[in-house]
Amino acid sequence: MNVWQFMLQNHTEVLELTLEHLWLVGVSTILAVLIGIPLGILIARWPALNKPVLGGANIIQTIPSLALFGFLLPAPWIGARADRLAILALLLYALLPLIRNTYTGIKGVDPAVVEAGRGMGMTTRQLLWQVQLPLALGVIIAGVRVAVVISVGLATIAAAIGAGGLGEYIFRGLAMVNDSVILAGAIPAAVLALLADVSLGWLEKRLSPR
Amino acid sequence: MTNPAPSPAIEFHNVSYRLSNGHELLRNLNLEVQPGETLVLLGRSGSGKTTTLKLINQLLTPTEGDVLVNARSTRAWDAIRLRRSIGYAIQEVGLFPHFTVARNIGLVPQIEAWPAARIQRRVEELMQLAGLDSQLASRYPRELSGGQRQRVGVARALAADPPILLMDEPFGALDPITRAELQREFRSLQSRLKKTVVFVTHDLREALLLGTRIALMESGHLVTVLPSGEFVHSPDPLVADYVDAFDSEISRGRKRAQP
Repeated sequence: MNVWQFMLQNHTEVLELTLEHLWLVGVSTILAVLIGIPLGILIARWPALNKPVLGGANIIQTIPSLALFGFLLPAPWIGARADRLAILALLLYALLPLIRNTYTGIKGVDPAVVEAGRGMGMTTRQLLWQVQLPLALGVIIAGVRVAVVISVGLATIAAAIGAGGLGEYIFRGLAMVNDSVILAGAIPAAVLALLADVSLGWLEKRLSPR
Repeated sequence: MTNPAPSPAIEFHNVSYRLSNGHELLRNLNLEVQPGETLVLLGRSGSGKTTTLKLINQLLTPTEGDVLVNARSTRAWDAIRLRRSIGYAIQEVGLFPHFTVARNIGLVPQIEAWPAARIQRRVEELMQLAGLDSQLASRYPRELSGGQRQRVGVARALAADPPILLMDEPFGALDPITRAELQREFRSLQSRLKKTVVFVTHDLREALLLGTRIALMESGHLVTVLPSGEFVHSPDPLVADYVDAFDSEISRGRKRAQP
């Protein structure tokens, strides 16, 4: 049975796992955006926080994903359910590109434009919301894009701790030594990653100041 | 009975400005700007002109001495209030690239929370005043010519009708013909509006054309302040050097043009 026949036969399960996958990626990305972008703004404002925050996010990035899932297992409320665990791990991995791009984006705004705003009496908050964030938006979206594409790939490993998603097929296929089953997980995951990349790339282009 | 002399709009009292690394950008500056006059700060790059300008709207704070605006030290002013009562125009880079012309011009009224209809009326009025076609209102700065961008910059500085205007080489990036046109217009505008203007330039001709008085600066010092009519005849060697440099540039150009 080739991969297409397999997917056709199990289309409800394929759909279910794809939705599970999307859910893991979606929830973790939204949470990571809510944490990462404010952190990026924070370290752009207070340079002293720059090293510890970016350093921390960097260290997380170096932990092998399987090990990170394992580390988090004993955590109280989180460890109780595999999907919570997976979401937390994915969130942690997504932080670095979000923090770094927000920081880079804000720092990359032409200093003359910011000074003109200050010189005309804009408050720090007005500068942030009306000048720095809008002008950094393209770079920030680029960070979201990187984070999402990484997450889609990483989320396949979440199946190893029983969190579901398209990794189920990959691990099942590996155990059965069946390429078709592996591909039934890998192909939809790749398509998801590509779709996310293309659509966020389009958004990035639209929101970048021309 | 005579009226008492009006108090200066801006005063510098023994002002020095040093960077945190100890490098001194401005030393012991004493200067007064009278209400309604255009004071030109003239000097070469690095002479401290822009530093002087930024001390007025508290983008910089003096390390020694005091800058007074309307007889009140800039340290005592709330920086935000102070800046909103002073118009600020710099070279074209100061326009917000993601704002339309109308939003750029209406910036200070907007952060001052004027009602939308009043902002719109004011923007229309200013565009007319600055010689901008009303069709340009919805354009972005990158869609304008250099001269148009500069007009937007001047209009934006005038938006909330501030009594004081700070201009940092506002016409510096323009071609000579457009520059001359904007200088002429600015002069006639100023003769009607009677703002207190501090104008930074390195161009002697611009200084002579626009200034009521000219303050020549050289490596962080004020060399002298003279009414613009007396400037070219000053015996001060540093002034003479500056004037000569421009003179020879002009005469060389003329000689080359003659066959």
